[in-house]
Amino acid sequence: MSTTPNFSAAIGSTVNEITDATSPPPKTPSNKRWTRFILPTYTTLFILYLIVPIAVMIVFAFNTPAGRYNIKWEHASLDAWRDLFSFPDLSSSLKLTLEVAFLATILSTILGTFIGLSLGRYRFRGAGAMNFVIFLAIASPEIVLGSSLLTMFVNARVPQGFITILLAHTMFCISFVAITVRARVAGMDRSLEEAAGDLGADPRTTFFKVTLPLILPGVIAGGLLAFALSIDDYVITNFVAGSKTTFPLWVFGATRQGIPVQVNVMGTLLFAFGILIVVGQLAASRARARGDAKRLAQDKARLVPAQTS
Amino acid sequence: MAPGALYLAIFFLIPIGYMFYTSLQSGFIGDFHFNWHFANYADAIKLHGNIYVRSLVYAGIVTLLALMLAYPVAYWIAFYGGRRKSVFLFLLLLPFFVSFIIRTVQWQFLLKDDGLILGPLKSIGLLPENYHVLGTSVAVIAGITYNFLPFTALPLYVALERIDKRLVEAGKDLYASRFTTFRKVVWPLALPGVFAAFLLTFVPAVGDYVNASILGGPGNTMIGNVIQSEFLTNFNYPLAAAMSFILMAALLVGATIYARVLGTEDVTAGAASG
Repeated sequence: MSTTPNFSAAIGSTVNEITDATSPPPKTPSNKRWTRFILPTYTTLFILYLIVPIAVMIVFAFNTPAGRYNIKWEHASLDAWRDLFSFPDLSSSLKLTLEVAFLATILSTILGTFIGLSLGRYRFRGAGAMNFVIFLAIASPEIVLGSSLLTMFVNARVPQGFITILLAHTMFCISFVAITVRARVAGMDRSLEEAAGDLGADPRTTFFKVTLPLILPGVIAGGLLAFALSIDDYVITNFVAGSKTTFPLWVFGATRQGIPVQVNVMGTLLFAFGILIVVGQLAASRARARGDAKRLAQDKARLVPAQTS
Repeated sequence: MAPGALYLAIFFLIPIGYMFYTSLQSGFIGDFHFNWHFANYADAIKLHGNIYVRSLVYAGIVTLLALMLAYPVAYWIAFYGGRRKSVFLFLLLLPFFVSFIIRTVQWQFLLKDDGLILGPLKSIGLLPENYHVLGTSVAVIAGITYNFLPFTALPLYVALERIDKRLVEAGKDLYASRFTTFRKVVWPLALPGVFAAFLLTFVPAVGDYVNASILGGPGNTMIGNVIQSEFLTNFNYPLAAAMSFILMAALLVGATIYARVLGTEDVTAGAASG
């Protein structure tokens, strides 16, 4: 990443003048030119700091330690990549994590989308309460969510395992899907739905042909967020997992002795997978926006002569 | 909406009721019964009051540090990110693509006594041989700060991004210095973002116990560690539930006052952009 900022035309030149509003006013013009670089340099360092542990994880995924654990750098090889599944309990924990994440994403995306839709478009009794419950669910510490679920399962004598993990993950994902969809619905042009109604579409058709395509980017973003939250969860899962072990639980359990290289490889694969999905999403939405702009331009080109004649 | 609302009621609100119910039970492990045993709360405070205080202090330091570290970055991206804003945001979010536990384990690895950071500093004599970071409050605070920085940066960015840049120009036109423009225009307008960032960092930081377990030592135990071990190791559900309820009540009272005064929009907007 470049440290010399590309001040785009979108931001007026006047705004450039306040580059260093947080630092004391410069005394000389040469000093001023120098202070211009403080914030971009700082931002670069900040991002590098965020990336440090990720880089270490990836580099050590190629390590070939003498023993079982990834403690000291020996030499680079693809050994752990070839023997990715040589720890059966690690492999099954990853499998469990992916299964839970997949199902929790589907459930929470469906349930959360309807909450987001209703909150985004209707003013109804209880909307305030619903917004507040979602806020609380997001603002509550995970340990409270996990331990309160555990007390319920214990008192109701629900055996803990796959089902309780899935129920818990769906719960904490719903609120995030709901707010993501709500944001998308709030920015939606309501007149399109009205137009569908005016053209004789029944509510069902309007929903599937107009509303859903319009909010779909929000729904997909919410679903991806749910998936990411689910595969990463340690605290809540730890409370409701019973004897089951998910990937984060396995890694946490292994920290006492040391982590095998396979954990780095799996972490790197999940990282690469996540990046690919998000970059793909961004590219798709860019392409969509370009397509829309092109269609708009064509429509205009068709309309303008009609208006002038 | 109904099914989703029902789901949140069953798996979010009712469990909190169950936790309160459990916190008033007493008896022996495996045979607890409900008898309004409020003494659990007195025990929780008496036995672990100092750890509550430590957790609040750690979380307070973490939140201040994170706000100071993240504010200039959020400011620069919001005002000067230009067309690359989304790229910078994406980079800020990169840690979320790696499991929280793995990130923390990598810091444990980096901060080891003979690790990649301390090892070279010791061998060139900058640090004494017996110097260590792991097992100290510095390691725990640094770990929590690292892990929650994106949660701090995002709501700050959302609030700064929303500011009408013409107001800044107006400040300049009225001969305000850059510092005055920041203090009188940008800072007050973005203040809701500071409060949202505070909430989204402080609350999870108080309850966190992963950093304290992986990076800390016996002297850095946080309240989450105690709640976790009372629940899952000692099976002392009533005491553990009382402890968790105290934590929740303290934080939720704060969060509710926050929501009444400032509304919930800034927090959910900050969380949604993540």
